[in-house]
Amino acid sequence: MSEIKTEFYKENAAKAIKDPVLQNALSDVQHRLGPATALAYKNLPEGVELRQKAHEIRQFAINHLDILLETLVQKIRDRGGKVYFARDAADATAYCLKIARKNQIKMVVKGKSMVTEEIGLNSVLETNQVEVNETDLGEYIIQLAGETPSHIIAPAIHKTRKEVAQLFKEKLDIPYCEDPPVLTQAARKALREKFLAADMGLSGCNLACAETGHITTVSNEGNIRMSTTMPKIHMAFMGMERVVARLEDHDSLFRLLSRGAAAQNMAGYVSYIGGPRTKDQLDGPDQFHLVILDNGRSRILADPEFREILLCIRCAACLNVCPAYGKIGGHSYGYPYSGPIGAVITPLFVGINRAKDLCCGEPLCGACKEACPVDIDLPRMLLALRAKLADGDPQWGVTRANPMEKIAFQIWSFLIRNRRVYDLALRAGSMIQSLLPKKNGMIPYLPFVFKGWTQSRDIKPLAKTSFLTQWKNREQRP
Amino acid sequence: MNNDKPVTLFVQCLVDTLYPEVGQAMVHLFDKLGIPVVIPLDQTCCGQPAFNSGYRREARTAAKRFIKIFETSDIIVCPSGSCVDMVKHQYPGLFSDDSPWQNRAKAVSKKIFELTQYLVDVLQIEDVGARFNGKVTYHDSCHLSRNLGVAYQPRKLIANVRDIQLIEMKDAEKCCGFGGTFSVKYPDISSAILEEKVDNIVASGADAVVGCDVSCLMNIQGMLNRRNSSVKALHIVQILAG
Repeated sequence: MSEIKTEFYKENAAKAIKDPVLQNALSDVQHRLGPATALAYKNLPEGVELRQKAHEIRQFAINHLDILLETLVQKIRDRGGKVYFARDAADATAYCLKIARKNQIKMVVKGKSMVTEEIGLNSVLETNQVEVNETDLGEYIIQLAGETPSHIIAPAIHKTRKEVAQLFKEKLDIPYCEDPPVLTQAARKALREKFLAADMGLSGCNLACAETGHITTVSNEGNIRMSTTMPKIHMAFMGMERVVARLEDHDSLFRLLSRGAAAQNMAGYVSYIGGPRTKDQLDGPDQFHLVILDNGRSRILADPEFREILLCIRCAACLNVCPAYGKIGGHSYGYPYSGPIGAVITPLFVGINRAKDLCCGEPLCGACKEACPVDIDLPRMLLALRAKLADGDPQWGVTRANPMEKIAFQIWSFLIRNRRVYDLALRAGSMIQSLLPKKNGMIPYLPFVFKGWTQSRDIKPLAKTSFLTQWKNREQRP
Repeated sequence: MNNDKPVTLFVQCLVDTLYPEVGQAMVHLFDKLGIPVVIPLDQTCCGQPAFNSGYRREARTAAKRFIKIFETSDIIVCPSGSCVDMVKHQYPGLFSDDSPWQNRAKAVSKKIFELTQYLVDVLQIEDVGARFNGKVTYHDSCHLSRNLGVAYQPRKLIANVRDIQLIEMKDAEKCCGFGGTFSVKYPDISSAILEEKVDNIVASGADAVVGCDVSCLMNIQGMLNRRNSSVKALHIVQILAG
C-alpha cells in the first residue's frame, strides 16, 4: 500500500508555494495543457457534447460493472490469460510476488501505472529482491531520484532540466549535459538493456473493453508496448471500474482521454491486449495475467453519492486547470492521486477524516468539471465530502471534523433568521471593529480564526449603516 | 428601455453589510432604466457560506427563509453570480428528502437572475447609457461564468459604456482564490492563487478591475490595498449606474 501523508496537506502546500522552481513548472504545465485541452474538445467533430456522451457511456458501464467484468474476464481466460481479483493492495501485491517467485523473476520492466502506485507495488517487489525498472521517461527520472509522481500523467514535472542533467550524471555515469535529446538518448540506452534483460513486464490498464475482451494501454514513448511484449510474462493491473461495454464506446473514450491528458488527437502508441501470445504469433509474452483491483472501489460503487467518481479515466485534465493544484503541486496531496480527482477519491480510499484537508482545501471554482473529458461533477462530490465532515457520517465512519466551526455556523444560522437580531449583531460587529487598526479605510489585521484572511490582504470594514437599513430609512421618509 | 415589470432585489449579504454603495448603485441603475424595484426588508443571507462548508442543516434554514421571503415575487435579481447559483442550482438538492419544500425551491430557482444576465438576456438591454472615464479589466467570477454561463453579458454591457476602455487581462476566467471559508482556513493556498490574479490585473494596465460578485472583489481589493496599488475594484453596477 502506498504511504499516506494526507494529514500534511497544509504544511506541504505551504512548502510547495515557496518553491520557485516548482511554481514555474506548474504554471508552465497549466498554461500549456489547460487551454490546449479546452481547444481540443472544441475541435472534436462531435463537439464538446461528446463529453456528455462519454459520461453516459461510463455511467452505463459502472451501473453494469458485474456483467462487464465477467464478460471481459471470460474472454481473457478463453485466450489462456490468467485473471486475479484482488481485494486490496496487499492481496494484489502478494499475487504479483507469488507469480514472480514461481517464475524466478529477478528483474521487471514497468510501464507507467497509477494503480501500481496506489498499491505500492514497487517497494513490495524491491524488498523481495526483484529489481523494478520504470520505463516511462518521467517515471524513470523520479525512480532514479527516489521520489514519487507529482502529476498523474507527467510524473516528473517538478524536476528541472538541470536537476535531470545532474541526476543522469550521477546515476547513469554520463557527462553533465542539459540538452534534452542527449538526456533522452542516455535514458533510452540504459532502458534498452533493461527491456532486453527483464523476465517480466508490468503495466496498468487505461481502459478495458468487455465486448472484445481486451485491455488497452496508451503511451507516447512506446515503452509500455515494449514492457508488455518483450518479457516472457506480462502482468497488467486495472482498477475494477476501468471497463466499458462496447468497442465503439471504448474508441470515443480514447479520443477524449488523449485530449484530456495531453491535448492530442490520439496518443502515440495504443496497444490492445487480450491474452498471451498465440501459437502463430512471433511476439508477445507466454503468460498474461490481469489483476483486477478493488481496494475500496466496491464501497464507492455502493454509495450513489460518490459512484460518479468511478467514471474517471485518470487523464489528469482536472489537474491542469485546478488553481489549487497549480500552486501546491501533486506531492501536497499526500497520496498518488492529486488535484481535484485526488481531492475526491483519496478521502474515499484512505478515510474522509484523515484526508479532510483534501476535501476542504480548494476554492470550489468548478474548472475541473469543465475540463473533465467525461464530465464528472467533482465540485458536487467535494461538497458532499464536506457535508460528511461537518456533521459526521456513520456509513463512512466519519466523525465531526470541527465542532467549533459547527457551533459558529449554528450561531450564524440563528442570527440570519431574524433581521432585527441580525441588525443588532451587525451593530455589535461594527463596534468591535472600531477597535481594530485601519489602513486606507480598510482593516489590515483580523484576530482569531479570521487572521488567515489578513495574512495577505486587508478587508473592508462593516458599513456604518447596512444597505437595508439605508433603504428602510429612505422608505420611511415622507 | 420601457420595461416596467417590477423586480425584487436580493441584495446579497456582503453588499448589504460591507458594500451598501453597490446596493445604492443597483437601485440607481433600475431607476434610470425606469424599472420599479421591491426590496424585502427582512432578507439576510442565501445560506451559501454554510452550504459550501458542508453545514447543510444550517444552509437549509437559510434557504427556507429565503424561499418564504422571495417566492411571492415574479422576478428576483441579485448582483452576485454565486448567490444566484446557490439558489438556482443548490436549493432543489438541499431538499431532496422533502418534496413540498423541494417544489417551492424549484419554483424560486426559476425566477432568479444575476443582474447582467437579467439585463442582457431577459430585457435585452446591452447599453444602459452609462459613462465611465478609464481603463477597466473584467474578472470572471467562477460560479457566474461556469455555472450560469454568464461571461459575454457583462463584457457587452461594459463595452457599451461611453469613454470606457475594456482591456482583457491574462487568465480572466481563472479563480481569484476566494472560495468562502477556504480563504480563511487555507490562507497560504488562497493567497497564492490571489497573488497571480492580482499580478494579472496590475499587468493589464487597467485603472480598475470590474466584476459581478463582491465576494471576489472583496478578496481582490484586499490584496490591492495591501500592496498600496492604485487599481480599484468595482462592482459592474457601480459603472453601469454612472
